[in-house]
Amino acid sequence: MHEMSLAEGVLQLIEEAARQQEFAKVTAVWLEIGALSGVEVEAMKFCFDAVMRDSIADGARLEIIAAPGTGWCMQCSMSVPMKEVFGECPQCGSYQMQVTGGTEMRVKELEVA
Amino acid sequence: MCTTCGCGAGEVKIDGDDAHHGHEHVHADGTRHSHGHVPGAAHEHSHAHSHDHVHGHRYAPVHSNAAPAHSHAPGLGAKRMVQIEQDILSKNNAYAAQNRQRLAARGIFALNLVSSPGSGKTTLLCKTIELLRGRQPVTVIEGDQQTSQDAERIRATGAPAIQINTGKGCHLDAHMVGHAMEKLELPADSLLMIENVGNLVCPAAFDLGEAHKVVILSVTEGEDKPIKYPDMFRAATLMLMNKCDLLPYLSFKVDAAIEFARRVNPAIEVIEVSATTGQGMDDWLAWIDRQAAVARPAA
Repeated sequence: MHEMSLAEGVLQLIEEAARQQEFAKVTAVWLEIGALSGVEVEAMKFCFDAVMRDSIADGARLEIIAAPGTGWCMQCSMSVPMKEVFGECPQCGSYQMQVTGGTEMRVKELEVA
Repeated sequence: MCTTCGCGAGEVKIDGDDAHHGHEHVHADGTRHSHGHVPGAAHEHSHAHSHDHVHGHRYAPVHSNAAPAHSHAPGLGAKRMVQIEQDILSKNNAYAAQNRQRLAARGIFALNLVSSPGSGKTTLLCKTIELLRGRQPVTVIEGDQQTSQDAERIRATGAPAIQINTGKGCHLDAHMVGHAMEKLELPADSLLMIENVGNLVCPAAFDLGEAHKVVILSVTEGEDKPIKYPDMFRAATLMLMNKCDLLPYLSFKVDAAIEFARRVNPAIEVIEVSATTGQGMDDWLAWIDRQAAVARPAA
């Protein structure tokens, strides 16, 4: 979805942290991206490089921590893996699913100099 | 580029004015914002927030475990790890929380209307305003990339409306909506309708402070839209199936569309409407009344 806006959000968090913690250069960024977050990792990588250019994170390495999708199947009353937000339960085939994990899009940590 | 709005510098316009003049203002909750803005240049905001929720001020000072070679050498050129642990959308969510608080304080019930372009959102909104005339004051925030045509259509119904032009931006965010709310004088206990940019993708992720997202799917679109654009249908509380007066001329399968929507969001409510003939509009207005009663604390 809007990876460009998200990449700008990442830069904003980085710049805020830089002000508070007084670092001048970011060399690597860890993002946690859930499988059900709607974020296209390839698009994010592309936008990340473009948005970080000429910032304190220019040329920073992007590391993606993938978080698996999980859901609660109301039929089976159990937690099951989910590949898509509208995915069916791999146990019983029901679509009565509540997403419980995998929607993360977080800046986890930075390597700074 | 304005990193809060995710839009080009100077491109966001609220009723034709630059959304980000150099100015300072104090929000209802005491939050002070000051904005400096040089047209065409990189955009800087400085916000002195007085939030009491977790938001940007919760950093563990220094965390150094993953860079073994350098982690204990804080001298020149040494690398260290800084833990951030913040949601990428946390900035937007903080503004949304602020909007929500301001709306709740005045008993204003806000809906965020989302759909693809051409689903009939503005026509539906005009019809809704007409039907509510004399019953409930309505104000409207219109979001489009360009032009104020929609706000003008709304104003023609007599309801106050403000237009946000997002420029290159593909969605409204809570910061823009907060500014628009300041410009509009929202009557207490009124209904605020926010018509988002026509886009079934990006607006799903941006909370504006609304009580509910309402997704409009017109029957001239494909019935599989809910599974093609699942995020939006998952984020919405209600799906309005618009242009139902055209069903006799189309091969659109209503049941299939509802089944697809429930596959993505088992709890989604569905109302079939036609802004042109008025079909289903009573149900839609009753839904608004019901939800507003739930949202507003008993007086």
